[in-house]
Amino acid sequence: MSKIKVENVNVYYGSKQALFDVSIDIAEKEVTALIGPSGCGKSTFLRCLNRMNDVIEICRVEGSIKMDNLELNSRKLDVVRLRENVGMVFQKPNPFPKTIYENVAYGPTIHGIAQSKEEMDQIVETSLKKAALWNEVKDRLDEIGTGLSGGQQQRLCIARAISVSPEVILMDEPCSALDPIATAQIEELIDDLKKEVTIVIVTHSMSQAARVSQKTGFFHLGKLIEFGPTDKIFKNPDNQQTQDYITGRFG
Amino acid sequence: MNSFKKNLLKKRYNAERRFQWYGKIAIGLALSFLAVFMFQIFSKGYSAFQKTWIVTEVHYDKELLLIDAESPSKDDLENADYYDVAYKAMTSLDPGLPEEEDRQLIQMVSYKYEAEVKDLLLKNPDYLGKIVPIKLTASDDVDQVHKGNYPRDIPEENRRVNDYQLQIYDMLNERGDILSEFNISFFTSPDSREAELAGIASSFMGTVFSILVCLAFSFPVAVLAAIYLEEFAPKNKFTDFIEVNINNLAAVPSIVFGLLGLGVLLAVFNLPRSTPLVGGITLSLMTLPTIIIAARASLKAVPPSIREAALAMGASNMQTTMHHTVPLSMPGTLSGTIIGLAQALGETAPLILIGMVAFVNTIPGTPVDPAASLPVQIYIWSESAERGFVEKVSACIMVLLAFLILMNLAAQIVRHKFEKKWS
Repeated sequence: MSKIKVENVNVYYGSKQALFDVSIDIAEKEVTALIGPSGCGKSTFLRCLNRMNDVIEICRVEGSIKMDNLELNSRKLDVVRLRENVGMVFQKPNPFPKTIYENVAYGPTIHGIAQSKEEMDQIVETSLKKAALWNEVKDRLDEIGTGLSGGQQQRLCIARAISVSPEVILMDEPCSALDPIATAQIEELIDDLKKEVTIVIVTHSMSQAARVSQKTGFFHLGKLIEFGPTDKIFKNPDNQQTQDYITGRFG
Repeated sequence: MNSFKKNLLKKRYNAERRFQWYGKIAIGLALSFLAVFMFQIFSKGYSAFQKTWIVTEVHYDKELLLIDAESPSKDDLENADYYDVAYKAMTSLDPGLPEEEDRQLIQMVSYKYEAEVKDLLLKNPDYLGKIVPIKLTASDDVDQVHKGNYPRDIPEENRRVNDYQLQIYDMLNERGDILSEFNISFFTSPDSREAELAGIASSFMGTVFSILVCLAFSFPVAVLAAIYLEEFAPKNKFTDFIEVNINNLAAVPSIVFGLLGLGVLLAVFNLPRSTPLVGGITLSLMTLPTIIIAARASLKAVPPSIREAALAMGASNMQTTMHHTVPLSMPGTLSGTIIGLAQALGETAPLILIGMVAFVNTIPGTPVDPAASLPVQIYIWSESAERGFVEKVSACIMVLLAFLILMNLAAQIVRHKFEKKWS
């Protein structure tokens, strides 16, 4: 079942066009991986899904992005509500320079999700458990989040993202700053999370895309070249360019 | 390695060594200037922290005091006539002196000696009718002689202390009746025309009030302006224009702000002249651009990833700014504020224009009482001819420097606390 339906999206940075006519169906409770060489527009596309491109003044998005039949690319949309439903994890771990507890509690606080201190404690604990971080930090929740290791910080960011129970989580190369062990932990986590949430992940690592995703989209020079089941994209792609990229002939 | 390469390598090392030496010489020069400056001020000023007293005896004679009552009340003592008692206390130092020469003795103590005689009795009512020793503030000339700042070997007609007075001074000194004690009144007295009585209480309080008023006006305005410009304002020609003008404002000579204070605050709004309120507002015009620039720079220095993290969590622009960006930028903003205030602390010209240069011999209790400020006090005293004021100028500079050091220290502590909390 389709969660997000993207139709004919064009994105411009000033006069430069970054995305050309991208149409894609993102299925619910699946992991969709976006691959492609640097500068191909996959991050730009990802940021359309929670309207983070709004931050960039010269950026202009055209086309239709519908989540559960709600038009996201509309002036009338309340981005605060949207981002409550669509969480994001960034390339570089960016926990707030606050305590671990405050990091996870921030979203529920501003969205008024928890009614009491006990409820908040519960949310923090569940989120940290889902992010597979609870056992490592349960005794030091009042320590500063930026003092954790890189992998722990990224899991903290994931805990922060799932604290408001979003329906979709966007991940922008979440493992590119991490070592292989931390990467493996995050990938395991993604596998667990997809039972409840729809995940869109941008990655540079093709093996990662192959491991974690059910669908894969290949971007090149702002165009979605090919999109389909991960198995098919990696074993038997229709497009020659996809074939070349996957076999490492360019990119 | 061929010789060309070897030579090149040697040249590179030499260049580095030379460069390090230039740096060391520059630091040495700067430090030696500072040392000379400090030595000058301390060697001239330390004696101002000593006060010279002349000890004599006073007889609180009821008849001379014109007190009739058997057991006089506080009011009787308050209203008594101390002129003769005080006069006798001084002339008793040399009973043989003809009456028409007595001024020479009286001149050896401050003109307030009568008040000092009165104060002693008011504090100790049981002295009435008794002969008791009393300390009187020595005149600034005797004070300077005692401190060795005054040459004794120049011809008498060029000297402010004549031979007779020196003779009395020597006699008293031998008897141990010239006392030198820590000069408390320098810190507790307002300004005076007489060097021996002049203190910094008025100008110190004036400076404190001015800085507080300056902080109260400039900090909120500057921080709000910086936050709006940095986080909310659209980037267009108009905001560019504002930015250029703020930078220009920081470079405007302070005397221009003084004229603005004179023309607007005093002439249009009729605020009270010579007060720290007006002084502080005028100074806040000066500190405003400094704080805005510092606050904007530190807002800019907050990594964009923090903003993105907050926005992606669904925080509004306002929440992102208030919960994350502003707290993280506070240490930088605060240190910028301190720099601005430190500039304001040493500012003289604008305060002279709004009338804080007036002679104030009361200690201000509120920001709307007339007051001087420390740098203006330095300026006033440095214009005075009396030798006694020379050391006061240096002493006042020392107090100003101490004030600055304290402020910077406080800033460091605050900064440290904030940084601990936020990173």
